[in-house]
Amino acid sequence: MSLDLKYTYTEKKDTRSGFGDGFLEAGRRNPKVVGLCADLIGSLKMGDFQKEFPDRFFQTGIAEANMIGLAAGMALGGKIPFAGTFANFATGRVYDQIRQSVAYSDKNVKICASHAGLTLGEDGATHQILEDLGMMKMLPHMTVINPCDYNQTKAATLAIAEFEGPVYLRFGRPSWPVFTPADQKFEIGKAWKMIDGRDVTIFATGHLVWEAVVAEAILREEGIRAEVINIHTIKPLDTEAILESVKKTGCAVSAEEHQLNGGLGDSIAQTLIRHNPAPLEYVGVNDSFGESGTPTQLLEKYGLNAENIVKAAKRAMARK
Amino acid sequence: MKKQSLPELQKICSQLRRDVLRMVHAVQSGHPGAPLGCAEYFVALYFDQLHHNPDFQMNGKGEDLFFLSNGHLSAGWYSVLARSGYFPVEELKTFRKLNSRLQGHPATHEHLPGIRIASGSLGQGLSVALGVAQTKKLEKDSSVVHVLMGDGELQEGQVWEAAMYAAHYGMDNVIATVDYNGQQIDGPTEKIMDLKNLKAKWEAFGWEVIETKEGNDLASVIAGLEKAKSLTGKGKPILNLLYTEMGYGVDFMVGTHKWHGSPPNDEQLALALGQLEETLGDY
Repeated sequence: MSLDLKYTYTEKKDTRSGFGDGFLEAGRRNPKVVGLCADLIGSLKMGDFQKEFPDRFFQTGIAEANMIGLAAGMALGGKIPFAGTFANFATGRVYDQIRQSVAYSDKNVKICASHAGLTLGEDGATHQILEDLGMMKMLPHMTVINPCDYNQTKAATLAIAEFEGPVYLRFGRPSWPVFTPADQKFEIGKAWKMIDGRDVTIFATGHLVWEAVVAEAILREEGIRAEVINIHTIKPLDTEAILESVKKTGCAVSAEEHQLNGGLGDSIAQTLIRHNPAPLEYVGVNDSFGESGTPTQLLEKYGLNAENIVKAAKRAMARK
Repeated sequence: MKKQSLPELQKICSQLRRDVLRMVHAVQSGHPGAPLGCAEYFVALYFDQLHHNPDFQMNGKGEDLFFLSNGHLSAGWYSVLARSGYFPVEELKTFRKLNSRLQGHPATHEHLPGIRIASGSLGQGLSVALGVAQTKKLEKDSSVVHVLMGDGELQEGQVWEAAMYAAHYGMDNVIATVDYNGQQIDGPTEKIMDLKNLKAKWEAFGWEVIETKEGNDLASVIAGLEKAKSLTGKGKPILNLLYTEMGYGVDFMVGTHKWHGSPPNDEQLALALGQLEETLGDY
């Protein structure tokens, strides 16, 4: 069976490479951009920047707390630091440093977090952080961005370089469909309606935007018209776009590679409950750690794929 | 700023101590002990050593900078900032009160001139100072970055991450001073978590270490900071072990952790102020 997908792809690439290429480009555009990495330059794809701008790149060794402090210092000195490591070490390990030296102090630091979520794969739960969006969105002053593919991650990286203020940029490791255009304009805080619908809205972020695109095609075969909205910016949340869509469709699904507690779904629920109470079903990890496996196996086992989005959409519609 | 004579600077130390005591007394909260012990350091730095600009600019380009990593010394820092012209001395009376720029621990979002980053959660200031120092190196800015840490604060692991970085990158434009008073909030550092041989520790981490044995003697503190300055630009970060006495300047407060985080009552304040000359006018 071949699905009639509204978005297609010709290649798969990792979102971290979108970050790496965007970071290099940002460095070329603006000499104030500097980089820091805690012994994961290869994994974060920061090597090309380091090679081209060796004086503007700082290997910090395995010392993430110091890296965040250094970045805050560089920012107050007028630089635009991009500090990269795995999402686990970029958030939970250094929450207090981010809280005091970056967020509370309102420093223009870009926290660049790779290998987020289950799709990190075989390394297992120690590295598969599923709480990072929640931790970061709770911090006042923090902007939280979770793009969906290589192209969007590259565009987001360029956009945050031009944005003044602390940012958490989350991306990942797996090879993933590249289905958004290379020339897209990335607007921080502006949700992107990718597919128009009328029966149910799917709000997806990160890798699960692709699963939402697949789910929409499955639902359409059954006569259900789902609207797909790409929430690349978790905070500030585009509540206007959310409310406008749910006003039309009357119910929604949130889909994210993250814990249900504190994730995108929570933010959407908060918006709906205040302004337009409507059925909302969640696709995400339900209060559990991950484990080793391939990305596809893990998304299936933890219920984060297109099939689960389809089921959630039907549940939501049944509650209308 | 025109340099002042030693007796003039001593007068400022006395006033700073009065300010600190009156500030923590007024709100019955705050940390008097350590700032009393660091009065000479603060005054030597702001009135003698730093090439700085009280017309505050966040990025500090072309200026010597100071970061207070042990943010609970805020009362002392606010006093020296006000007394050196960063903001009106009158404003000291708002310390720790609602809607004040003088937060319990230093913060930036109230835009108090002189403060470049929040501190209070310990162990973070050296990293921040190194980040700015790295920026200065990139921009061929030859000014110096100072940071003050508590000795108890050195129990935080991040300090040693930063220490390693500083030596690796030859951060010879950084002068880190440790307020070596041997006290922390729960008691003497020796009992709480022994710091052992700090000089050897920092040297082993690749730092140039100097010792200022008389940290409450103004001339010694200035001489120590001058020596530290003379060692900048030689490829190694500089650590100034400043031997101070917590609570110095008030006979019943000196040398004990008891006044680390406790304010004096009315009677104790009067007694303490009786030992400290009002030299520049109380706020």
